[in-house]
Amino acid sequence: MMHGSRLSPLSRRSLLISTAALLVAGTAARARTITQGMPWEPGTASPPLQVRAGPWMFFTPDEAATVEAAVDRLIPPDESGPGGKDAGCAVYIDRQLAGPYGVGAGLYLHPPFMPGAASQGYQSPDMPAVRYRAGLAAIADYVKSSFAGKSFHDLAAADQDKVLSGLETGAIKPKGINGAGFFALLLQNTQEGFFADPVYGGNRDMAGWKMVGFPGARYDYRDWVERHNEKYPLPPVSIMGRSDWTVKE
Amino acid sequence: MARKLPRKDVVIVGLGWTGSILAYELAKQGLDVVAIERGPWRDTATDFPPGYAQDELRYGVRLDLFLRPQQETLTVRNNMTQTALPIRRFSGFLPGNGVGGAGVHWNGQTWRFLPSDFNLRSHLEERYGADKIPADMTIQDWPVTYDELEPYYDRFEKLAGISGKAGNLNGVKQAGGNPFEGWRSSEYPTPPLKQNYGSALFAEAATKLGYKPFPRPSGNISEAYTNPLGVTMGQCTYCGFCERFGCGNYAKASPQVCVLPALMRLPNFSVQTESEVTRVNLDSTGKRATGVTYVDTSGEEWEQPADIVLVCAFSLFNVRLMLLSGIGKPYDPVTGKGVVGRNYAYQTTSGVSMILKDKALNSFIATGSGGMMIDEFNGDNFDHKDLGFFGGGYMGSGQTGARPITTMPVPKGTPKWGAQWKKAAAETYNSGYGISTHGSSYSYRDCYLDLDPTYKDHLGRPLMRMTFDFKDNEIKMSQFLTDRLAEIAKALDPVEMTASPRKGPWNSTIYQTTHNTGGTVMGADPETSVVNRYCQSWDVSNVFVPGGASVFPQNHGYNPTGTVGALAYWTADAIKNRYLKNPGPLV
Repeated sequence: MMHGSRLSPLSRRSLLISTAALLVAGTAARARTITQGMPWEPGTASPPLQVRAGPWMFFTPDEAATVEAAVDRLIPPDESGPGGKDAGCAVYIDRQLAGPYGVGAGLYLHPPFMPGAASQGYQSPDMPAVRYRAGLAAIADYVKSSFAGKSFHDLAAADQDKVLSGLETGAIKPKGINGAGFFALLLQNTQEGFFADPVYGGNRDMAGWKMVGFPGARYDYRDWVERHNEKYPLPPVSIMGRSDWTVKE
Repeated sequence: MARKLPRKDVVIVGLGWTGSILAYELAKQGLDVVAIERGPWRDTATDFPPGYAQDELRYGVRLDLFLRPQQETLTVRNNMTQTALPIRRFSGFLPGNGVGGAGVHWNGQTWRFLPSDFNLRSHLEERYGADKIPADMTIQDWPVTYDELEPYYDRFEKLAGISGKAGNLNGVKQAGGNPFEGWRSSEYPTPPLKQNYGSALFAEAATKLGYKPFPRPSGNISEAYTNPLGVTMGQCTYCGFCERFGCGNYAKASPQVCVLPALMRLPNFSVQTESEVTRVNLDSTGKRATGVTYVDTSGEEWEQPADIVLVCAFSLFNVRLMLLSGIGKPYDPVTGKGVVGRNYAYQTTSGVSMILKDKALNSFIATGSGGMMIDEFNGDNFDHKDLGFFGGGYMGSGQTGARPITTMPVPKGTPKWGAQWKKAAAETYNSGYGISTHGSSYSYRDCYLDLDPTYKDHLGRPLMRMTFDFKDNEIKMSQFLTDRLAEIAKALDPVEMTASPRKGPWNSTIYQTTHNTGGTVMGADPETSVVNRYCQSWDVSNVFVPGGASVFPQNHGYNPTGTVGALAYWTADAIKNRYLKNPGPLV
């Protein structure tokens, strides 16, 4: 359950700090002169701060319902484990969009913005937060007019897949957005959420890593490098450790 | 108006590999040295400790250690008729940022160029005839020979603790090493890394086909090592987080690990961080530099006077600083006159991906510079007589990890999402495998760097413009190399394989490598080079560009850092032993 008000004042503060810290890391440390030895100061490291369950920070409730439904089609639950929704992919995307990624912090955003060759890369001033807001609104309009006033999350799975496929191939062109471009962004972010360290809110209980057998943040395989063709047996660990080592929230 | 600081003997622009090597060598001589670095101070304990260095999203995808395009980027186009547009988010190549520079985020692959790479044009003319070299190919001989540089390669390898196996010790071939390499005066400082399963399989297949595989020379080192500066490195743990990451084990050679602990103790050295050099200042004659101007994070402008200016930024930014400072004549591709920006080159890479039968590869057990390589098809190690191209590259195993956001192989024809994708990803992850080629990129008349007419940086200065594409020669070379690689892949009897030779147009959004070379090339003739054989500006003799890859006349089939490090030591010796005794042009 990702809605609700379980966000304590402390964890809200952590989130705000997390966002601020990432912004600062990109730009504005102070110039300084360093001499007479290696500098070291306590408290200057910047580990990632844990995304916690709690209210949506970027999505409206309708947007969140659509994204949760979509990520569960992009990565459906099956016998191998949870799908995108239960793995927290929507929470991951929400927190990314509310932070520096959403506004394209650090990117080059000087005009003029001109269309170019594919080899010249993305050339629009619209950053991910803007693209999600517009993309989800355009999809909502499309679904409403094509499926008798329904919302995306109310559609049957097969119809949700049809909408997603149509966006992917360009067969569906919602008004005002590049549907294929938005689909690619959504898919990219969903897979990031599924396979990124759980500290960012997705890959809950390391579901993505368990599914493929990636051991995560272990950082030392000296005993294993020459054990050829033997499947690595240890379960994954996160930057935060393992959920069965930590107190359940 | 810039505030003027007290004069220094030497000011260094950028504190990466070349900056820190030059700083140490010259400060040891008693010179008063300051380095100006536009990024932050960075060290292992604070910035990439083993508690969270292994964060694929933060470092591998969001590129936390890299230069922010808002600070500096460049515009790109494939040819002179296109309008260049800015790279708004780096992805095709990734310039570093901060103390340590690219030495923080590199993979550690540490090669020497071949002896015949250094006299490339005269070698090819002699062996194949001058008329065989395409008219628009502007390759040229280096102004130094392999024999001259050998002691300096050796010094850099000993500084960095490089792991490997010699193939040629003083002219005597050594079993297990690269039989094609130039002579080495000594064995590698540390023994080769252990090889993971994929690399062992590649070596077996290559041997079966008659090749001589050898372990890739590696800056992620196999055992603890204390370098000549007295700094001790740790042992690589095969964690699989090198490329785009800092090393939490002190096991990857970097300025942080190999130089700074010794350098920072020298009382006559200081570094000014978060401060961007905006130009090298010249006196009224234009023949002498008076120092540099930089801007700190508060926007305050400072002038740092100095007797010697060392331009030690990343390759591309060396070129831009020379252009913005008016040192050397800018290159004009229409007339072919001018030099700054000329002979920009890259690297021509390709790969073969496979799914292997019944194999548990555990490819996440890896290092950035592990792997088994073959060198039969590099440089002119093979006869090019009827091939229709020149150049070549090494090839081999050496996947740098299997970080799952960016490495998620699935069989051909699998949908990109949904139930089938999920099932395929789960089944294929541990048996998908990639091997690759790493080939040369020769220089051409219309591949160059200049200042963009439209786009500006945050300080209002023009961005640099890159005009580059793969040429017929490189496309044919890549096809040939990839075909040879695919033969080896086939010997592994894969369930399926996909060979992807490099095709044009060059695409700035697809990561290939950050080996951007040329633009301030070194040479024997001031008409076709920016710096002389001692990496000294022909025009302003107290400005040096000590061995950034911007001095390469063209790019060869190896990673650049070994040669960059060797040239840094070579230049340091020239300054210490020649320039300081008699300041002025060394050639």
